[in-house]
Amino acid sequence: MMITIKYFGLLAEVTGCRSEKMNFSCTTISDLKEILFQKHKVLKNKKFKIAQHNELNTDKTKVTSSEIALLPPFAGG
Amino acid sequence: MNRYNRHIILSEIGLEGQHKINMAKVLVVGAGGLGCPVLQYLAAAGIGTLGIIDFDIVSESNLQRQILFGSSSLGINKAIAAKKRLEDLNTSISIHAYPKKLNHKNAISFFKEYDIIVDGTDNFKTRYLVSDACIITKKPLVYAGIYKFEGQVSVFNYNNGPSYRCLFPNSPKQEEIPNCSEIGVLGVLPGIIGSLQANEVIKIILNLGEILSGKVLYYNSLSHLFNLIKVSRSEKEIQKVMDIADIFENLDEGIRCEVKNNNITLKEALTKKNIQWIDVRNDSDQKTNYPEIIQIPFADLEQNLHKIDKNKKQIVFCHAGIMSKKAVSILQKHKIEDSFSLKNGALEVMNHFKKNNYEKP
Repeated sequence: MMITIKYFGLLAEVTGCRSEKMNFSCTTISDLKEILFQKHKVLKNKKFKIAQHNELNTDKTKVTSSEIALLPPFAGG
Repeated sequence: MNRYNRHIILSEIGLEGQHKINMAKVLVVGAGGLGCPVLQYLAAAGIGTLGIIDFDIVSESNLQRQILFGSSSLGINKAIAAKKRLEDLNTSISIHAYPKKLNHKNAISFFKEYDIIVDGTDNFKTRYLVSDACIITKKPLVYAGIYKFEGQVSVFNYNNGPSYRCLFPNSPKQEEIPNCSEIGVLGVLPGIIGSLQANEVIKIILNLGEILSGKVLYYNSLSHLFNLIKVSRSEKEIQKVMDIADIFENLDEGIRCEVKNNNITLKEALTKKNIQWIDVRNDSDQKTNYPEIIQIPFADLEQNLHKIDKNKKQIVFCHAGIMSKKAVSILQKHKIEDSFSLKNGALEVMNHFKKNNYEKP
């Protein structure tokens, strides 16, 4: 299925896009992360959480939404 | 009370609500981009006791967004300059300026004096310090962080809700994510995000509406999108912090650096020869019953150094690898230098012992 990946904060900068569409046939967040790490190697060294349906996911969560958000912490104040 | 008339005529606040605001004690850590709007609205609202901690001084590049300061504040400590401005804004509240750095030693005693803590800091080291001290002192934390044109806001430790560590368990390296002074920030952004923080503080005091607990709000000022993401409480992450509560005030940076290279995984520990396991968990009901493991509760470590065989390599473990770090620094202080702190803690060690059929006495 086609899913949209949304990058927040620094992640949008290091991947060079705020959002991107990709064809995705894997089942879990862990699978998805592998694909994203291959596409954007720089993500591997970044801390972030993955959310779908406005809820945080673990690696084992199944991908059921067509929209996935990658959320980093922010340092600035 | 004419000053607070527009609050009092709101049926949701009234005289009673305004009285609650006037009795509240709020500590704002950092009087920068976020801290300034938070302080401005809280002082105007009549928060009875306002604390401000900041060690930094006002510089010209702050004035683009740190709205409590003007040209006359340049070179003055931010906590003191903020107090001066706020005293003019509201003469009927009590304002305490602490022109110093928050650290493990002073955080607990500062936080105990206040009802609510606001995080307006600009680096991960202080953010995790603020978060951990709030967990230990059981204070609600009104958190926010900003990045260029984006912000995130949440309320942590509120009514048994999640903590910052439930969202981001471990701190990124400081260089991993730059702060405003390194990368720039839209001046109005901390104004928006800090105002959201001030709003949550008032709501907590009044128990009004939906508190932003169990959720983190992401805001993007370019796309005007708000995303609200649910966050769950992780008992494990909170327990890790409670495990270090007794030694928190001694956790200065020096100790951490000192043991940096002595943190190892179980796998790495098992490659070493001639080792002795030391269990430093303080809860003595968890007997390990393996002759290879000696149990010395952390609190009694210095009195029991004679029990340690100095010809062996010491692998120290606790619940989560935090107390063991501190234990290793104590061992090293006493010249027991071949000692290592196990990263993952007791559960993993016990599983290893069980799996490999170590003999029970």
